[in-house]
Amino acid sequence: MGQTVTVPITLTVNGKQHSAEVEPRLLLAQFLRENLSMTGTHIGCDTTSCGACTVIIDGGSAKSCTILAVQANGSEITTVEGLADGDNLHPIQEGFWEKHGLQCGFCTPGMMMSSVALLNENPNPTEDEIRHGLAGNVCRCTGYHNIVLAVQYAADKMKS
Amino acid sequence: MIPAPFQYHKPASVAEAAELLKKHGSDAKILAGGHSLIPLMKLRLAQPEVIIDIGSIESMSYVQERDGGTAVGGTTHYVDIANSSIVPTALSEAAAQVADVQVRNRGTIGGSLAHSDPAADLPAALIALKGQIITSSTGEHRTIESNEFFQDLFTTSLREDEIISEIFIPSESSGTGSAYVKFANKASHYAIVGVAASVTIAGGKCTEASIGVTGAGPAAYQASASVSDLIGSNLDNADVEKASSKAGEGVEFNDDVHASGEYRAHLVTVFTERAIKLASSRAG
Ligand SMILES: Cc1cc2nc3c(=O)[nH]c(=O)nc-3n(C[C@H](O)[C@H](O)[C@H](O)COP(=O)(O)OP(=O)(O)OC[C@H]3O[C@@H](n4cnc5c(N)ncnc54)[C@H](O)[C@@H]3O)c2cc1C
Ligand code: FES
Ligand code: FES
Repeated sequence: MGQTVTVPITLTVNGKQHSAEVEPRLLLAQFLRENLSMTGTHIGCDTTSCGACTVIIDGGSAKSCTILAVQANGSEITTVEGLADGDNLHPIQEGFWEKHGLQCGFCTPGMMMSSVALLNENPNPTEDEIRHGLAGNVCRCTGYHNIVLAVQYAADKMKS
Repeated sequence: MIPAPFQYHKPASVAEAAELLKKHGSDAKILAGGHSLIPLMKLRLAQPEVIIDIGSIESMSYVQERDGGTAVGGTTHYVDIANSSIVPTALSEAAAQVADVQVRNRGTIGGSLAHSDPAADLPAALIALKGQIITSSTGEHRTIESNEFFQDLFTTSLREDEIISEIFIPSESSGTGSAYVKFANKASHYAIVGVAASVTIAGGKCTEASIGVTGAGPAAYQASASVSDLIGSNLDNADVEKASSKAGEGVEFNDDVHASGEYRAHLVTVFTERAIKLASSRAG
């Protein structure tokens, strides 16, 4: 061990390239929050259980608290900050708003990223598919019912 | 929580990874999907000095038909196994039931097998399908039968200098069906008990069978007593019940906060029965 050796990485986050020298032990979630000041990606646990840190990496949802920033070198990442188009909310954001899919909002960024990944793959999910698609995300407040409604709202909106 | 510092290597090939592993010996750890190793490093239960990241070696990730079977690359993600139409059903069914979408997008078959968590899903499927684990070290390959691979709690017959480069699953005989069923922990989805079965039926009788059990004891195992009972039987209800009742024979059951040993013993019987019935319904 001894002195810290850093590693150069380049990631594309929400369409914009970022290069940095990082310690190999830096987690992707920390990189996003601390190096890029994108604090929408939350950290809710130490056990890879809660999904609050979910981002989309090269098309697939992933828990950024359990990925080293160096592992993501070269990847394309979408975070919750990348959902809205200027002042226009993404359909999933609108869905959470319209259907009261949140209370404290802590789990919401992760819920939305998992939902977007689900809808990209399956634009017409059944309720069962939505619930299974969100199995990696935990909410302590809402009881999930309105979250499912929010995803259904977004699915309908994205079709039209 | 943040892992302790380590030196990071990202080899471009299995051969290069094997060289690094040989050079650094027990100071080094292979990193594949990182979904067992990184949680341990964050809690500082593991503090490797050197990390060899094989997760982005593209030539290690594939599902291919081969002469006599199917080959799956060592770093193939669960999601690609779950979605594959060429791997036997028990394996795709097991991969589809691992954890949640995010974990299935990152976790790999090689990582799951090498880690040999007593509650991991894939080991049971691999045992039922009589899969082989192919390893690479510097200048050498070894083939290990799944029956001999899982030895104890987090312990396999993998040597310190070996990397799982491929998993080979022999073709099923005609008339074979397979299945994986599990009783999952509702939070993590790890198997409290999981059972994979492969059943071959010819002329109304069971001619071949193989059953892998996970979650029950320190490591996944073949339920040999159940298999002996099934072969030659008509697979009627009484046969299946009797065979299933032997699936926990000789096992030292795990006993923890998730389930007592006694409850696990019961679950092994119930889930073996379900796995055999589901596999049989797909056979013949
Ligand atoms: C929240 C959560 C829920 C989970 N639920 C389940 C579940 O329901 N069922 C289940 O089966 N698993 C579950 N897991 C574990 C998950 O499947 C892991 O991905 C898997 O156990 C390890 O695979 P990996 O590729 O992530 O390996 P890593 O974490 O990268 O490595 C694990 C170990 O294997 C070694 N290793 C990795 N690849 C190789 C290789 N090719 N050759 C030699 N050694 C290697 C590493 O050195 C390390 O010791 C869960 C994990 C999490 C975080
Ligand atoms: S912070 Fe809880 S899963 Fe990543
Ligand atoms: S809204 Fe509070 S945790 Fe989900």
